[in-house]
Amino acid sequence: MVVDNKSAVTQTLLDQLQIKSSKVAFMPDAEIISAIRYLEDKGIPNNKHEDYKYCNIEAVLRKEFKSVEQAFNELTNADIAPLKIDEAINLVVVNGVYSEELSEKMIVKGLTVNSLNELSSSEKVLLCSQAKSDTDALIALNTAFTGNGLFLQVDKNNIIPMPLHVIYVNSGNANIVTNTRSFINIQANAEVTLIESFYNIGSAKVFSNFVSEKFVGENAKLTCHTFQNEGALSYSVNTNQVRINKYSNYTNNTFTLSGELVRNNHNVVLADSNCEAHLNGLFISNGTQSVDNHTLIDHQMPHCESNELYKGIAKDKSVGTFNGKIFVRKDAQKTNAYQSSKNILMSDDATINTKPQLEIYADDVKCSHGTSTGKIDTEALFYLKARGIGEESARKLLLQAFAQELIDKIETPSLQERVLHLFEKAL
Amino acid sequence: MITIKNLHASIGDKEILRGINLEVKAGEVHAIMGPNGSGKSTLSSVLAGREDYDVTEGEVTFNGKNLLDLPAEDRAREGLFLAFQYPVEIPGVSNINFLRTALNEIRAYHGQEEMPAKDFLALVKEKSKLVELDSKLASRSVNEGFSGGEKKRNEIFQMAMLNPKLAILDETDSGLDIDALRIVATGVNKLKSKDNATIVITHYQRLLDYIVPDFVHILYKGRIVKSGGKELALEMEAKGYDEIKAQFDSLES
Ligand SMILES: Nc1ncnc2c1ncn2[C@@H]1O[C@H](COP(=O)(O)OP(=O)(O)O)[C@@H](O)[C@H]1O
Ligand SMILES: [Mg+2]
Repeated sequence: MVVDNKSAVTQTLLDQLQIKSSKVAFMPDAEIISAIRYLEDKGIPNNKHEDYKYCNIEAVLRKEFKSVEQAFNELTNADIAPLKIDEAINLVVVNGVYSEELSEKMIVKGLTVNSLNELSSSEKVLLCSQAKSDTDALIALNTAFTGNGLFLQVDKNNIIPMPLHVIYVNSGNANIVTNTRSFINIQANAEVTLIESFYNIGSAKVFSNFVSEKFVGENAKLTCHTFQNEGALSYSVNTNQVRINKYSNYTNNTFTLSGELVRNNHNVVLADSNCEAHLNGLFISNGTQSVDNHTLIDHQMPHCESNELYKGIAKDKSVGTFNGKIFVRKDAQKTNAYQSSKNILMSDDATINTKPQLEIYADDVKCSHGTSTGKIDTEALFYLKARGIGEESARKLLLQAFAQELIDKIETPSLQERVLHLFEKAL
Repeated sequence: MITIKNLHASIGDKEILRGINLEVKAGEVHAIMGPNGSGKSTLSSVLAGREDYDVTEGEVTFNGKNLLDLPAEDRAREGLFLAFQYPVEIPGVSNINFLRTALNEIRAYHGQEEMPAKDFLALVKEKSKLVELDSKLASRSVNEGFSGGEKKRNEIFQMAMLNPKLAILDETDSGLDIDALRIVATGVNKLKSKDNATIVITHYQRLLDYIVPDFVHILYKGRIVKSGGKELALEMEAKGYDEIKAQFDSLES
């Protein structure tokens, strides 16, 4: 039989993962079987795939993950301590598996934290309803080989008084591929701030394939901060599949500070009227890094609002991509949808790709999008220097000013400090 | 203070300054006048260290140092200040943070310690009063959303904060109403001393009623074509530039 290169890479990965993964109880067999079938059929995407044009996952797997050792490290409290956030309840997921031992135990009214195997039957019906294997090969890969990840729920009418901080950490001794999954359910009238941090501890290369399904109930509010600092040995795809309900409010602010390849798929369905979604992102990339933010905002019902602001600073030979799709369906009259992407190129070898895509099927809507990519403002630079400020600090002042409005969105002081510190270090 | 000898500067293959000679001593006020496009802003930009221009000939000595060898920031640290004709808006950088950084980098250059926050804020208060700048503007982003007059006053406020040896005011009077003009001029006069000097670039004689120059120079097509005392400014105001233009245009052809 002749196999082409594409299916060869996928098949090698599937074979290795099939030997080295154990099946989780919560994922129905039918989902696993159709996920594998989809993968075998479509393969891991390469740059010929429209959605992965600037993010060749297949090439990464071929080059960096020829052999998948799955040599996982055990982690201790000492490893996790520096990653924690003081103001928050810290929850830990190691190599895709929720660790009750490393997570902080605190009894908070209306809050459930558990592993996915403990998913209650009422929630189980929602599993895979937003993250569908037949829409994306990385979702399929995660579904087929997912670990026993995190189940988090806020029961209706509860406001969680402190932020929840989920530390997703990978750690291996030799090449590992992790398929981390989380299921977040914020019921009606509930409110919580969720910080999701991503780290890689150790000296091994990690391909991290994360999928999170998030549900925001009627009149509920979910504010998320995604903090990505996985380092030069990490290649990650992070997929958020979010469904928000009537009168609800969903916000995500994603800060990407390191990672050799970081692909974020952030897909939000505004499933009922009068809800709002805010997606923001900031990245700074250097070396040969690639940061690729893909968003999809699906306006299905009337009187909803969405806002997107993505900013990036690309240094050296790094590549930044923003691809923002907005659907306004036939019934979604009176939609307000705004999208903006602003980028600064710090070197002639850096690249920025931006692509806004608006598909509007309703007639009474307000939509706007704008993208800009340029070099640092030389007029402003000269003005600062003419006042005695050196070239280096003048650049830093301007880049900080560029990023400030996004960093200001973080309401948890120690997270804000962490982002600011790493951002300044990367300048 | 500053000695400019045979300064030539061009942008691309267009020569804009074509042999400027000028000496300004401590304690003096010089005015440079001249029609639009004669090179006044170019001269101030070249002195401040804007890199878009190529200096093709000539030299500039500033307090014993070769000015043209220094990067823009070091010129400022040596005590040169340019009040921009078109101050730049810098969203996201607060006026205060900007000035604190500038002041402390200048101090560091001279081996001085950072100014304590309390002293700095007291200085901000004192100097903003000098130009009657609304204290709210100090905490806003640099020049962002400022009116034309506020921008110009902000320039003089910065000058007061940084206390330069040589200040070049590039058309600081343009776009100011008479009250704002008086405020700006009073500010400049209060900052004047026997140890510093001012070059006032202007279109109109009106500013010179308030800031009285010791010398007036007429710049035309990149050269100083005429110098004199303060009466020269009055003469130009009365007669306009046509005579000078005609005289030098005929010389050139
Ligand atoms: N960046 C530039 N590029 C091209 N030409 C310029 C530039 N800056 C100034 N000039 C030209 O140089 C001449 C002098 O300009 P400028 O110094 O602004 O004059 P002034 O300030 O006396 O009005 C003008 O002819 C102007 O068009
Ligand atoms: Mg000018």
